[in-house]
Amino acid sequence: MDNRETNSNARLIWPIALIVIGMFGFGFALVPLYNVFCEITGLNGKVKTESAAETEYKVDESREVTLELVTALNQNMPLGFRAEANKIKVHPGKYYTVKFFGENLTGEKMVGRAVPSIAPGWATQYLKKTECFCFSEQTFEPHERREMPVRFVIDPALPENAVEMTLSYTFFDITGHPANSKKN
Amino acid sequence: MKIFKLLLAVLGWVLSSRARADYTLNLTEGVTKLSHDVHDLHMLILWICVGIGILVYSLLIYSIIHHRKSKGVVPAQFHENTKLEILWTVIPFLILLSMAIPATKVMIEIYNSDTMPGPTDLTVKVTGYQWKWRYEYLGEGIDFFSNLDAKSNEARQLGANIDPAKVDNYLLNVDNPLVIPVNKKIRFLFTGADVIHSWWVPDFGWKKDTIPGFITDGWVKVEKPGIYRGQCTELCGRDHAFMPIVVIAKPEAEYQQWLAEQKSKGEAATAQAKAEAVKTFTKDELIAKGQEVYNANCASCHQPNGEGIPGAFPAITNSPVVNGPIEEHARLVLKGKGQLMPPFEAVLKPAEIAAVVTYQRNALGNSKGDLIQPAELPAQN
Amino acid sequence: MSAAAATHDEHHDHGPARGLMRWVFTTNHKDIGTLYLITALIMFMVGGAMALVIRAELFQPGLQLVDPMFFNSMATLHALIMIFGGVMPAFTGLANWMIPIMIGAPDMALPRLNNWSFWLLPFGFVLLASTLFMEGGGPAAGWTMYPPLVLQTGAALPFTIFSIHILGISSILASINIIVTVFNMRAPGMSLMKLPLFVWTWIITAFLMIAIMPVLAGTVTMLLTDKFFGTSFFNAAGGGDPVLYQHLFWFFGHPEVYVLILPSFGVISQVIPTFARKPLFGYSSMVYATASIGFLSFIVWAHHQYTVGMPIEGELFFTYATMLIAVPTGVKVFNWVSTMWKGAMTFETPMLFAIAFVVLFTMGGFTGLMMSISPADLQYHDTYFIVAHFHYVLVPGAVFALFAATYYWLPKWTGRMYDERLGQLHFWLTAISVNVTFFPQHFLGLAGMPRRIADYAVQFAEFNAWSTVGAFVFGFAQLIFVYVIIKAIRGEGEKANDEVWEGAREHGLEWTLPSPPPYHTWETAPEIH
Repeated sequence: MDNRETNSNARLIWPIALIVIGMFGFGFALVPLYNVFCEITGLNGKVKTESAAETEYKVDESREVTLELVTALNQNMPLGFRAEANKIKVHPGKYYTVKFFGENLTGEKMVGRAVPSIAPGWATQYLKKTECFCFSEQTFEPHERREMPVRFVIDPALPENAVEMTLSYTFFDITGHPANSKKN
Repeated sequence: MKIFKLLLAVLGWVLSSRARADYTLNLTEGVTKLSHDVHDLHMLILWICVGIGILVYSLLIYSIIHHRKSKGVVPAQFHENTKLEILWTVIPFLILLSMAIPATKVMIEIYNSDTMPGPTDLTVKVTGYQWKWRYEYLGEGIDFFSNLDAKSNEARQLGANIDPAKVDNYLLNVDNPLVIPVNKKIRFLFTGADVIHSWWVPDFGWKKDTIPGFITDGWVKVEKPGIYRGQCTELCGRDHAFMPIVVIAKPEAEYQQWLAEQKSKGEAATAQAKAEAVKTFTKDELIAKGQEVYNANCASCHQPNGEGIPGAFPAITNSPVVNGPIEEHARLVLKGKGQLMPPFEAVLKPAEIAAVVTYQRNALGNSKGDLIQPAELPAQN
Repeated sequence: MSAAAATHDEHHDHGPARGLMRWVFTTNHKDIGTLYLITALIMFMVGGAMALVIRAELFQPGLQLVDPMFFNSMATLHALIMIFGGVMPAFTGLANWMIPIMIGAPDMALPRLNNWSFWLLPFGFVLLASTLFMEGGGPAAGWTMYPPLVLQTGAALPFTIFSIHILGISSILASINIIVTVFNMRAPGMSLMKLPLFVWTWIITAFLMIAIMPVLAGTVTMLLTDKFFGTSFFNAAGGGDPVLYQHLFWFFGHPEVYVLILPSFGVISQVIPTFARKPLFGYSSMVYATASIGFLSFIVWAHHQYTVGMPIEGELFFTYATMLIAVPTGVKVFNWVSTMWKGAMTFETPMLFAIAFVVLFTMGGFTGLMMSISPADLQYHDTYFIVAHFHYVLVPGAVFALFAATYYWLPKWTGRMYDERLGQLHFWLTAISVNVTFFPQHFLGLAGMPRRIADYAVQFAEFNAWSTVGAFVFGFAQLIFVYVIIKAIRGEGEKANDEVWEGAREHGLEWTLPSPPPYHTWETAPEIH
């Protein structure tokens, strides 16, 4: 009786322990799953930080979308950071290059990383960047002022009712945080 | 007996507070179409819940009154009734459907800016900081911080002994309110500079989180001029309770006038800052200016008296940094330290940094006696 | 019967060991149950004292007593202690005491594991409480611990996370034990659909716990590595996302609230039939309703995040899924009312708490339904309306169920009737003050008062004052509860007979045992009809 009971307990404990371990792993598995999910749905305006292929689209001259260019700095990072214009009008399907300017306001070397985000979130999947300073970390020499171009296209598949969208970059200071600079 | 006396005192206080109470019981109807719709939806669900509640509670009360042993009732022994059980699964489901349909309509309205014809008239970027808001009018060149107003800030200090009831709009007033025109479509972009905050003006009908590194949006079209107040609604650290939002909605003409004033003020301030960066100040000038800067930027952590908070925020009084070499002190203010002390070189002008450093060395219990001029700051080399 | 119980018997005949070591080394389910319950009572008092600090500061506008940082610590620790120290160990204690007795088993299936899962707790709590004395103060980012704010915590952060790990391991072990016990140790003839409802709700709770506790452990571990080992799970600069944390946390957090409430449903489903002298109405629909609530709890988490900027499809999906929970919950309430219908009720203290549970939990359910509607929640979110809601489901919900359970089973545990007069006094003071405390908070929230603020605008003064008065009455009324328990343990009061409650024999195996039951019970399995 005792032995039988111990055996049947063990038979039950192992699957349960596997669930526990599995769920612990599942928590970590949710991280990449979430990123995939975000990229598909544009959840939270999270943007791919990889370059898109330069696809040829049919330019839709009849439509005009207002694109706002917004810059932000995390934790008061001492960087002069702005876009060449606050707003530009673009035709879906046509490639554009816009310039952003970064200026190190300090006398020390500075490493930063720009995080892109798009509002509204669902518009994320329609804005494709072939070139962007957000693809890699940016090092600024003391007082260096630099032009940082972004080349992009808006997919003509963008829903008709979308007339405005916002592209934002937030610069994070990662000077002295080598671990932060590795891509997730 | 002591407890009774205490209770009496408490009751007395509560009753006396009735006179000055200016409270509301329900959700505001607000001043935008969205907020009206959200309010109507809220009332609809509330009344449905009240209806179900009355039904369930009446049955319960009837049962408690009539089906008690003291009345000599012999308990029934039934324990299921399939028809009844199906009925009270299906009916609630139908009631839920009747709530889900209007809820979906309102949600679509909130997300679909098409219900608001025409393009955006004004975009305002809202950035949440610990613990203030920053408003940037995109394309207008207007950019300012909005802090808790000085009077509230004074009264809210621990042991301030100032009656909050005597402060105008205690904790709901700011130094620089956000000004917007009425009957225009205004788009807000939200982001956070440090931690997550949440921007909420109840009269607009929604709130939105400000998330560092990400941008979210929301829009309003305010129907009538007025002053609308709100607060940060996501715990963001020590002074979460002290970063209110004040939005003043003005008729178009008044708004344009305000805009023009702000622009000329902004130009004047830039010119002044440029001049001050190379100007030589007297010590008294620096100390006076430094006190203002200190109270607006430093006091919320290091405390108005400079004593800091043990374990969290170091004291300025008798601080080894403040009483050490002046360049090191200025460098700390410019560059910041760790996660809580931000680099102020991006926020304050050189003259302000020089002033606040000088102030800290000659006040708040310190008497180092030296001073630093804007031109001598380390980062300016 | 089991191997462990047999060795135990060799050493100690049939009685417990003497002295302190009895409690340290015990593998007896009744002893461990008692330890859990006493720990929970102490933690309930500690967490309650913290709540009183919060309410005292909020008595009037202006800061009078504490620094806002300490206020935030109190709010954070109050929640963590009440959830992990108060309600969860209390229900685990009830499970330890009652489940083997209710299913006719001699003890828990894994008695030594049982000892360990209890003794992890005190270490976890000491670690958590010690953070209050660390540099930078205790954790102050709320029990939800959202980054990036939580990463600003000082020395307390790793200790808080480690204590969550310990408490999590303890609950996982307890859950494994309960599942194995119920599946393997039932008396012959005790089929699953004959199990008392308390046991049923606990099985589902245990499954929820083994599914979610590891996710929480993983999530807080990510916080730890983000802070100290340079990872970027939640840091946008390294390609992470702070909102991801919220998804992970609430994937744990929402089922967690059902961990707190499902066993309460079980307790109420035991108490009401006994005092209505009638079988429980709709037993099988109760089981299915509990299971569907358990399932739904996994697909509704993002209703805590309507304001982060989800796509509309997300907002609507989580709205519909959350609203659905109202259906099985409604079934439960209707079943309880039908159980009372045409019964022959008496109103001893356990029944009073059970009825108050049905009434007040339903109120919390209504506000929950209101909050599930995403467009309306854009207004309610993070206000005192939310605070009122979750306190209505947790205080007159989970805590009242614990009071009902204690009064219901205390005569069985101690062999002495509790003092009914004091019990009734405790009930009325508690039931009235809980409403004085939390009802005005609905108004505060709707009028625009955000939650987790240390100070507020003057127009909120009136209701906050009421709320504070209510909270203090509530807090001090609990001393009566403690006194009643101490009296019964010390053997004062009338001797209780085996059945304790008239006709209770019909409602569970525990009432066929002597009061108090012998140290070892059901060494020969009972016969189940």
